[in-house]
Amino acid sequence: MTTTQEHTPSISETAARMLESGEREFVLDVKTSDLEVNMGPQHPATHGVMRILCRADGELCTGAQPHLGYLHRCAEKIGENVEWLQYLPYTDRYDYLAAMNNNLSYSLAVEKLMGIEIPRRAQMIRTICAELNRIGSHLIAFGTYGLDIGAITPFLYMFREREWMMALFEKICGARLTYSYIRIGGVFNDAPPGWLSEVERFCDTFDEKWQEYVDLLMMNHIFVKRTANIGVIPKEMAIDFGLTGPMLRGSGIDWDLRRDQPYELYDEIWADGAFEIPLGSGAKGTLGDCWDRVYVRVMEMHESIKIVRWCLDNIEPGPVIADIPKTLKIPPGEGYVGIENPRGELGHYVVSDGGKVPVRVRVRAPSFVNLAVLEALMPGTLIADAIAIIGSTDIVVGETDR
Amino acid sequence: MSLPLHLAALAAPRSATNQINDFLTGVKPDFVPDWALPLTTALISVGIAVAIISLVAMSGTWLERKVSGHIQCRYGPMRVGWHGWLQPIADGVKLLLKEDMIPLGADKPLYLLAPALVLASILGAMAVFPLAPDFYFADIDLGIFTILALTSTTTIGVVMAGWSSNSKWSLYGAMREAAQVVAYEIPLGISLLVPVMVAGSFNLLEVSNGQAGGFGVLNWYIWPWVNPFMGPAFLLFFIAILAETKRAPFDLPEAESELVAGFMTEYSGIRWSFFFMEEYAAMFLYCVVGSFFFFGGFESPLTSLARATDVHLLVQVAAAVTIIAKGYAGLFLMMWLRWTLPRVRIDQVMTLGYKYLTPLALACVLGASVWEVFLAPVLPWR
Repeated sequence: MTTTQEHTPSISETAARMLESGEREFVLDVKTSDLEVNMGPQHPATHGVMRILCRADGELCTGAQPHLGYLHRCAEKIGENVEWLQYLPYTDRYDYLAAMNNNLSYSLAVEKLMGIEIPRRAQMIRTICAELNRIGSHLIAFGTYGLDIGAITPFLYMFREREWMMALFEKICGARLTYSYIRIGGVFNDAPPGWLSEVERFCDTFDEKWQEYVDLLMMNHIFVKRTANIGVIPKEMAIDFGLTGPMLRGSGIDWDLRRDQPYELYDEIWADGAFEIPLGSGAKGTLGDCWDRVYVRVMEMHESIKIVRWCLDNIEPGPVIADIPKTLKIPPGEGYVGIENPRGELGHYVVSDGGKVPVRVRVRAPSFVNLAVLEALMPGTLIADAIAIIGSTDIVVGETDR
Repeated sequence: MSLPLHLAALAAPRSATNQINDFLTGVKPDFVPDWALPLTTALISVGIAVAIISLVAMSGTWLERKVSGHIQCRYGPMRVGWHGWLQPIADGVKLLLKEDMIPLGADKPLYLLAPALVLASILGAMAVFPLAPDFYFADIDLGIFTILALTSTTTIGVVMAGWSSNSKWSLYGAMREAAQVVAYEIPLGISLLVPVMVAGSFNLLEVSNGQAGGFGVLNWYIWPWVNPFMGPAFLLFFIAILAETKRAPFDLPEAESELVAGFMTEYSGIRWSFFFMEEYAAMFLYCVVGSFFFFGGFESPLTSLARATDVHLLVQVAAAVTIIAKGYAGLFLMMWLRWTLPRVRIDQVMTLGYKYLTPLALACVLGASVWEVFLAPVLPWR
């Protein structure tokens, strides 16, 4: 509020002045202001406990600012206080939709410091689990995106497939969401008998259902109209904001850590030509719009199935965990490994002073980095588009806040 | 006093209102004053209308849950009664017992009035809706006009609810509702002119009678041999009623992923359920209007058969079964669409309404009138 208050003429005063002076130009001195709308912390479109402060001029969104921290659980600080192995379950909790990948990223970073060799069968199972988890995560991303756009049913269809995926994980490790299955040195235990053949059955079923989802939602005319040309991220902007994952590839930039900084067996799988890297092409609108980003996720599910099939074809019996002591003592040094999470590059930067407890565990969370682009995309869109844009960034608030 | 008398005057000799009045006159003891008769008649009539609306709303909610459940590979409610058929009653009890919350800073009188107003508009429209050829409350010549006029006042209640709630989401929902309903009233009314022209009447009963014969099917107005512009007109009408009743893909006023729950965000308990009842009753009412004007109304093979037996009561029952079945078929279609399609955006809704539906509806009226004037008189089957 200003301290010096000027006299604002009321409508009747203005009208009286106009009548007297014979003015014809109708100028009303009425103060109007933008509406500030709080999207969240409890709002169906924020996919978790996040608050987006939206400035709106009617239906038009003139600015938006995401506010974080509602789900902050000091994950990184906890990392400095527990032993190397004990930190693993905390990694499950950042991106709870892709816990296998989180485990993998942390394990790889610690293994890099230790410099140990991982058994081949363990790497195979890790790859299968990570890719299945990617499918499950993308199913949620695509399904909830449908919810944001207003299609409720595809979401439940996708949960049906995700349910099977979680049942598979339950069989192999006992947990459905927070697995802690991929350990430092390998995996917790071998796949139970019949598990691999069930994964194969899952792949066969999923291929059919995947086509259904593409027909039902991805190519739906209303869906295309709602997402094409909305929230366009040009190539330069994507790089400037440090986007990774489907957000980056949706803008047509060919960058996938599975190929460009290979870990596990991905270089072998890529050399075998078992999978491709889908890119946004602007098929329905502009390159880098919401539709492209979602399209990349949908295509990635298809590619993940191919990777899983490759692993199933090439898996051989053998040990599943390297011989490591119960209490780890990691040689001094620091290591960073970034892997291709469903949402982008999830990196763990770990520092050891040779003790039982890490000196520093730093997480490079893809959701957190990708979220920054919201502020730049939102101005000038409609409220409904703003929802579509938030949905297409596919953030998991557990990961942005950690 | 004047209102019930007026209602009775409006009613045709065979209307339900008059029948009730006649019955009451017959059983009236001497000590009851004369002025109590029309009042009792009016109260009973309103009771029947409320009962019909409640039954439609309850069966509608149950059907919605079952339809959505089966579409989504679920069962829907299964616990309360056989396949959950008592679920709406359980829900009703729950809603009655819930705390009636009024948000701080709400405009209290408007906030309390809005749900009642919304429900009242539908109740009013029920007056001209005939459930059977001899069961109706008022036989008004401008029947469809009255229905459209009364149902469009729902918007006032919705805007009132959105404004008085003191919530930005509610306000958004209310504004969207106002814009959307105004945009779609036009094609809705114009597309209904096509069957009105063919029938030569606004009266629902006369429109239904106009489609009699042809085994109860062949003379329905929807068929292209009656008027080829009827099919497009029906499509326009159907899209418009989807928007009017806030159903997907036009459910923007209560878009749950954008506006939390739109104009009813702040409502709870029984007041909230009024909005819900209105939605299902309006859906049913519009579907019934659609079946009157395009799909034969009371006419069906069943009604034809009943008419052949020449038993008065049988004809009435067959006609009632026909119209209710048609209404629920429409209801099912609307539910099917809702659980399949994504939602459109507000500017797309407006574009569709003003730029496409309205001109197309006008073109339909033009084409249909040319057909009626020049071709219909020379067609052997008309």
